[in-house]
Amino acid sequence: MDPLGWGEIITRILIQFIPVWIALGLTFAVSVTFKRRLGLYGKLFDSVIGMFGFALVMFWVFTGIFGGGFGWIVTHDVLAQISGLKNKEPGIPVPDAEALGLYPYYLMGGDNLARDVFSRMIVGAWEVMKIAPFATLFAFMVGITLGLPAGYYGGRLDTFLSFLANLILAFPVILLFYLLVTPEIVLTGIPVYMAGVLFLFPIIFLTILFNSRFFTQPSKRNIYVALTLAIGFWVYLGIAWDADPLGLISFPPNLLVVFVAVVFVNSPTVFRIVRGLAMDIKTRDYVAAAQTRGEGPWYIMLWEILPNARGPLIVDFCLRIGYTSILLGTLGFFGLGLSPESPDWGSTINEGRKLLSIYLHPALPPAMALLSLVLGLNLLADGLREESLRD
Amino acid sequence: MGLFILRRLGVMILTAICLTFIVFFMTNLYPNLEKLAKTQGNFRMSDAEVTSYLGQNGYLQPMPVKYGQWLGVLPGWTVEVSGGMRGRCVTGTVTAEALAEAPTFCGILQGYWGTSTVFKTEVGEIIATRLGLTAKLMFWVMVLMVPSALLLGVLAGMREGSRTDRTLSTFAITTTATPEYVSGVILIAVFASSAVGLKWFNGTATGAMEDASFNNFFLPVLTIALYGMGYIARMTRASMAEVMTAQYIRTARLKGVKFSDIVIRHALRNALIAPFTVIMLQFPWLLNGVVIVETLFNYKGFGWVLVQAAGNNDIELLLGVSVVSVIVVLVTQLISDIGYVYLNPRINIS
Repeated sequence: MDPLGWGEIITRILIQFIPVWIALGLTFAVSVTFKRRLGLYGKLFDSVIGMFGFALVMFWVFTGIFGGGFGWIVTHDVLAQISGLKNKEPGIPVPDAEALGLYPYYLMGGDNLARDVFSRMIVGAWEVMKIAPFATLFAFMVGITLGLPAGYYGGRLDTFLSFLANLILAFPVILLFYLLVTPEIVLTGIPVYMAGVLFLFPIIFLTILFNSRFFTQPSKRNIYVALTLAIGFWVYLGIAWDADPLGLISFPPNLLVVFVAVVFVNSPTVFRIVRGLAMDIKTRDYVAAAQTRGEGPWYIMLWEILPNARGPLIVDFCLRIGYTSILLGTLGFFGLGLSPESPDWGSTINEGRKLLSIYLHPALPPAMALLSLVLGLNLLADGLREESLRD
Repeated sequence: MGLFILRRLGVMILTAICLTFIVFFMTNLYPNLEKLAKTQGNFRMSDAEVTSYLGQNGYLQPMPVKYGQWLGVLPGWTVEVSGGMRGRCVTGTVTAEALAEAPTFCGILQGYWGTSTVFKTEVGEIIATRLGLTAKLMFWVMVLMVPSALLLGVLAGMREGSRTDRTLSTFAITTTATPEYVSGVILIAVFASSAVGLKWFNGTATGAMEDASFNNFFLPVLTIALYGMGYIARMTRASMAEVMTAQYIRTARLKGVKFSDIVIRHALRNALIAPFTVIMLQFPWLLNGVVIVETLFNYKGFGWVLVQAAGNNDIELLLGVSVVSVIVVLVTQLISDIGYVYLNPRINIS
């Protein structure tokens, strides 16, 4: 068989992505139809930039879920090496494909270990989707739980917490990664202890959130708080300490280290943003009204200040997922944390760059993928900012 | 103003002490020391041999004591071994008299940075040469980045919402969304690889360490500059757009002043206050970019040393590198704070 031409390669790639196109089409059709009833999310569809960014982001989200989660889009196993296809150009036919029941082509060529570049790029999206949004969410919970009291109370607490945040921010990120994500440090268990502290914050956040809202209705409050604590500590034991009593939840240790490092680097910035917003909003009239009503400080922080700070926080959340993806890529690029065979984009770029002057195809697809995902998130954030400022 | 600077300096020194202690603590954890002993001695050392090696080299003292010695505020350790004395301030095993003549304190405050186990030379010397190379890189990055970013921001911000603004803003967003390891790979692929065939520039910057030419130095400089450029340009644009809606600009327009004169003589000075801080605060970020780009282009500067030191568990060198980078970050923060107050008369520090 002859190698495919560029036209045929593109057609075949588009065909592989069919589930993504369908899902994207459905999302857009539903969202545009009901956009007047969907609040800020619906307003996004009034701005071209926002829609474009949203499309890019959702493309990678669906690709990650369908490709990595369900194994639909990928053409080959990401670790399978087929001899004779090392560094071969895009569209190269796979020998004996029919007899072995394989997809007949390497659509984007083979890398320097003769693995399929296309499939690795698709599964790389899943690696990002598994970590980036959750790490960002955790960083936000840590930042909000510490930033609200720092901004609301001020004084000594604020000075102390701000000092800590500035301490972490003054650290060059790569140095921090090298210190945290090496096998020797993992051996001492420091990342696990850090996980033990950092992962407590979501539980604290949710417990205070429900408690401050429903403390006048003890029956309701008890149910919510008990549920949060029970589920929270079950997940907490499983993820942070790998000691789930039921044995259902566990977290790969090397992934945990990466997760903790990324949350740790991101939380101080979130803290600073939340603190600034809280300091601004606490002077408003509705906060004074709540104080006069005799509401508790945590109720004011979580149910008066936080909802009114949501605009900038949502925008920053989008930007921060992008930044987290960049950080994950950086980790992969320096070969830290994730296993060397992992198909994540950073590691693939790092592997591909060594032969970059001769073979472009192993390094360029993951690079473009990362670029488009982060660009999409930035455009989405821009669109959201514009639309939320409009009213 | 004096009190303000003094307070900032105090906080800065406290931060530096905390940060260096964290790095010291992390690098001196037992698994790291064990690895050090095995790479310095041999890999088949028994646990007892490791302990005796570490004991002879003063690694088994309590952490705060070791930190104090490293800093130079506590007297250096001395150990008696068979055949003489060993100490922090002397190399190898010496007689008791030689030890008595050596200085009592030897830490970074006395200018004793230790010896690198990878490069086999003085840490201070390595850092000085490598920092020089990185300074060269950073200088050209600044020369390229700051004027183009300011120009981009001013052009986009002077007519908010125009087509120029849209185009330039999209460009700025794209560059901020592209991390160095992506833009570097793309730039090498397009301009330096034999596969595309342009081959305008060199894909490595190793030659630029001795004599930098446009050919071998432009790509690394551009890669770092692009990432920072977008961010500064967006800040400048926002600040410029805000200034352009101010009353005095409208007055000037109604008076019939030429648009170019308004921009250059009235708007520009006020619009450049915010970008100044941003440019200064870019330094820590640029440090990241430097590490990535120096690895990518094989330019053996400060960032490359950081990777080597961290990857090879070179404790003394890593400590030296972190001290320098932490100081760079803190000093730029201080300068940006002071500069902001100085440039913006509306801020009252007391």
